[in-house]
Amino acid sequence: MRQQQFEQAHNIFWERLATTLTQLEQGKRKKHEDGTEGIDQFADDYRRLCHHLALARQRGYGPALVRRLNALVLRGHRQLYQYRPPLLPKLRAFVRTDFPRTVRQQWPWHLASGLSFVIAMAMIWLLVAWQPDRIHSVLGGDTLASIESMYANERGLGARDSGDDMLMFGYYIYNNISVAFRSFAGGLFFGVGALFIMIFNGGFFGAVAGHLVNIDAGEALFTFVIAHGAPEITAIILAGGAGLRLGAAVLAPGQLTRLAALREAARSGMPVIYGVILLLILAAFIEAFWSPRVLPAGIKYSVGAACWALLALYLGLAGRPPAVAREPSE
Amino acid sequence: MIDEQRHITTPEGVPLTLALAGPVPRAVAYLIDACIRILVYTVGAMLLSPFGGVGWGLLLILVFLLEWFYPVWFEVMRRGQTPGKKSLGLAVVREDATPVDLNASLIRNLLRTADLFPMFYLAGFLCMLIDSRFRRLGDLAAGTLVVHLHPLHPQHKETPQAIPDSGDSQAPDWPLTLADRHLLLDYYERGPRLTPARRNELAQLAFPELGDAAAERLDAAARHTQGAN
Repeated sequence: MRQQQFEQAHNIFWERLATTLTQLEQGKRKKHEDGTEGIDQFADDYRRLCHHLALARQRGYGPALVRRLNALVLRGHRQLYQYRPPLLPKLRAFVRTDFPRTVRQQWPWHLASGLSFVIAMAMIWLLVAWQPDRIHSVLGGDTLASIESMYANERGLGARDSGDDMLMFGYYIYNNISVAFRSFAGGLFFGVGALFIMIFNGGFFGAVAGHLVNIDAGEALFTFVIAHGAPEITAIILAGGAGLRLGAAVLAPGQLTRLAALREAARSGMPVIYGVILLLILAAFIEAFWSPRVLPAGIKYSVGAACWALLALYLGLAGRPPAVAREPSE
Repeated sequence: MIDEQRHITTPEGVPLTLALAGPVPRAVAYLIDACIRILVYTVGAMLLSPFGGVGWGLLLILVFLLEWFYPVWFEVMRRGQTPGKKSLGLAVVREDATPVDLNASLIRNLLRTADLFPMFYLAGFLCMLIDSRFRRLGDLAAGTLVVHLHPLHPQHKETPQAIPDSGDSQAPDWPLTLADRHLLLDYYERGPRLTPARRNELAQLAFPELGDAAAERLDAAARHTQGAN
């Protein structure tokens, strides 16, 4: 068949299919002029169009026609093969099982990330406790002054109103989740970015804690951070662990190609990232609306300990298969 | 060979050609999206600033959401097209040309931070230059491509340019292979955009003996090939 005959025979069909595709792309469903809905036979039409494209290529029809059919097939392909899973049922399964399971499955990386945070914190803390003046080589004067005014001052934290709480909530969401995302992405460079953020944040907290203990303001700090520290520090460490996995996949891909290993690490690390987002939103709530309340130290420490314990129980136990079969009856 | 086309096979067994988008259109799309975000921030700041701390808190959350999730939202809900990409006819697709899912979109947009390193997308740009499919680091990890959706050549849009159907047709004086056909029809379709002198110069490759009449003769051969009678 000559190209012009082919075009004349099928042009109406192609234009009709293009109309159907436009409707699908806009999410509207209208009837065609002849009263039929294009959607009913979309799958059949699309297969027929694929046939036409194959024919046009095989018979060596003009490039413009092949391009036109190719563009139509691409549009149809994108409509037919899209997959939109319902999100809410997935979210429930995610919180109940997927997130804690993934964290446990990938524990060596999260342990490595956590150790780099804790060791950096401990070293700087000990250094500052041992030689108080060294704080000036770790933190700048302005930072030190603002930290002292926040915790060592009687009115520092208690004088906030609800507007400030909301401001700080926004700030914690913006800053902390961005830091978590950056430590994940920074891990891509052979893990260096993730390690850097872990060590930097661990060291910073160690310096602040060591210094405030030295000037007898330790309690103000610890009663402030203990509750939200549980989800916040955990989430940052988990994000760093996911980042380290990315870097390790690039450095030592094992049996896979580097690219395949990177993809596998990114995809299997995503549940951790979703979990990190949830944990940090929770942490921002606690940090903005609970932590600044001035209450007896005993209450603050108990609530904080409960936060840590609940989180540890959740990550350690949630989503394990029921233990019924494990212990046979006597 | 540098080739901006990528060929895949659909489940129907048809070869489908994708036109990969290079750094320049992608950067333009990015700038359009950045302008939209800045506009939203400006309007947001004007609306929210009278509310003091609460307003600024909400504004920070808005900035956070837009900076990280603006591309993700559009790529997942609008089949791979942020407004900037849409205005340039680009789309993010998975490597089999299907729309991106949430995981893939989130991976490629979180790893944007790595592409930004150390500044101005230098890492991402270098990665795109090295990679044969113009993928930045985020695309590599997510398994995604950015493609031109509609035209392989922007001049063509959907329908080919009007080619004069009139005129006589005459069979070419040599047996046509498939490659010859493609070449001939490509020449014929590009004809209206070439100067007469250039057309003639090209046509003389096929009919060196005809001199200035070569273009007319080659057009006739093309019309014959296309099927005009």
